[in-house]
Amino acid sequence: MPSHDVMPNMDLYQPVQVEDALAIADRLAERGWLVGGGQDTYGWLKDRAKSVEALIDLSGIESLRGIKETADGIEIGALTTLTEITGNDLITQRYSVLSDAAGRVASPQIRNIGTLGGNVSQDVRCWYYRRGLDCYRAGGNLCYADTPEGMNREHSLFEASRCVAASPSDTAPALVALDATMVIQSSGGERTLAAEDYFVGPAIDIENTTALRPGEILTSVRIPSTWANATFYFEKVADRNSWDFALVNIAAAFKVSGGNIEDSRIVCGAVQCTPRRVTNVENAIRGQAKNSSTAESVAAMSTDGARVLAHNGYKVPLMQNLVKRAISA
Amino acid sequence: MNSRLTRRRFIKGVIFSGAAASTGASFYLANAQSGQSSAERLVTLNINGRNRPVDVLPQETLAHTLRYKLDLTGTKLGCNRGECGACTVLIDEVPNYSCSVLTHNVKGKTVTTIEGIKAADGTLHAVQQAFIDENSPQCGFCTPGQVMSAVALLRSNPRPTRKEALQAMSGNLYRCGAYEHYLNGVMRASGQLA
Ligand SMILES: Cc1cc2nc3c(=O)[nH]c(=O)nc-3n(C[C@H](O)[C@H](O)[C@H](O)COP(=O)(O)OP(=O)(O)OC[C@H]3O[C@@H](n4cnc5c(N)ncnc54)[C@H](O)[C@@H]3O)c2cc1C
Ligand code: FES
Repeated sequence: MPSHDVMPNMDLYQPVQVEDALAIADRLAERGWLVGGGQDTYGWLKDRAKSVEALIDLSGIESLRGIKETADGIEIGALTTLTEITGNDLITQRYSVLSDAAGRVASPQIRNIGTLGGNVSQDVRCWYYRRGLDCYRAGGNLCYADTPEGMNREHSLFEASRCVAASPSDTAPALVALDATMVIQSSGGERTLAAEDYFVGPAIDIENTTALRPGEILTSVRIPSTWANATFYFEKVADRNSWDFALVNIAAAFKVSGGNIEDSRIVCGAVQCTPRRVTNVENAIRGQAKNSSTAESVAAMSTDGARVLAHNGYKVPLMQNLVKRAISA
Repeated sequence: MNSRLTRRRFIKGVIFSGAAASTGASFYLANAQSGQSSAERLVTLNINGRNRPVDVLPQETLAHTLRYKLDLTGTKLGCNRGECGACTVLIDEVPNYSCSVLTHNVKGKTVTTIEGIKAADGTLHAVQQAFIDENSPQCGFCTPGQVMSAVALLRSNPRPTRKEALQAMSGNLYRCGAYEHYLNGVMRASGQLA
């Protein structure tokens, strides 16, 4: 496939009010493409793997930026950059699992412009799909990654349904661990979804990774105080320390009292199309000491139900070890 | 005649014919006229402290405008996908990949490119001099991007630790693997290496 240096022709809207953005998004529907920082978007367009009539650039809408304290936690505007999240005092002090995750995304330059909304709404990184092949996710009837010759080292262990692409986001598992609420607006009004329900797998919708519908904009993310100042753990394993998507990442929050785990939320990324909560482990460790013997006793069950592909079997021990480390840390 | 002047005239000519010849232009302008609040194509950018009027297509990246319309070819395009850092420039003092930013996004902001960091009398920036002293570049293609990341770091953190420098430079690839030499350069530029 030829490499395209220049972006194809398209229209550009730069609204400064949410209402205008919603009206444009509503009118254009599937012909428009929302842009936060554009770091996921431009590759698609440059490669001609997807095309669009118009970009709706949200970056000029000041009201969608920033982090503020609310009666029950904090609210982060969807257009807040990952760099802002990494350096924000409220987040580093109370919800450090999120600032740690945001700080591990891509590279400094991408974090300087990439937004939280874009990070959680980004498309999967299966290269067959991103190269514009006519796979299930692109509306075709084949998965190129799940064939005898397919290169699927980065793909899913769980919940595959025709498509085996894995969740690429580093912040998504952190938001699920923090039990965040996604605030979604459209010209018809506002709805909210638990972070867990924002992300959708191929069994439900094979062409979209989120529950967003055309005309909707993710305007903010609310993080409740429920998990503020919990004991957190974030780790990302990738081939390179900078600039690389996770092979597996883990975001975990523990409420610990007297050395025992009262409750926890443990979430892995890059093991299925959506962040995966390891609920069987969460249940098994409730009331147990937060130490390495507890970790040891539950690590294996964290991958129950995994179905490995030809080249991603290493993710099973990798995920087990990350779960173990999160609990014993 | 001053060579800079001829250069600017030439650029204006290119912009004009580019606008007239582009098929995308009519669609875009038509949309703008029907009051749907899409962006104006004719913009004035603040680049290296100067106002530069330029005709910018809606989908144009900053790297493209800099290199092919403003003749600021010091900014390099390596991958054009946000994967190498050769195109790094400062937007309001913050390093960004100019291949992955729309030019229409920098209206009202200041852009600093490699051409804009030496002193008025031509003296190299401390980072440039330190990179020379430490033999940091080999082929030099990634160097403008490396310089910009280092300049941004030292403006916000004049005496970084080596680890902070490593972190700040982690969005710039080197084909030759001269990472240590560039890091030495950053430390030298910050006066922490004799
Ligand atoms: C080289 C490279 C390396 C990367 N490495 C990583 C990594 O290690 N970890 C990681 O997590 N990501 C990585 N990314 C992916 C991604 O580009 C960034 O994570 C970034 O945060 C995306 O944010 P953005 O605002 O730039 O996205 P955009 O490109 O602006 O948006 C991405 C998608 O989300 C939609 N969208 C954006 N904002 C909204 C909104 N407010 N409401 C509804 N929909 C919206 C857009 O329509 C688009 O479909 C990498 C990207 C590149 C190019
Ligand atoms: S050319 Fe922009 S990052 Fe490679």
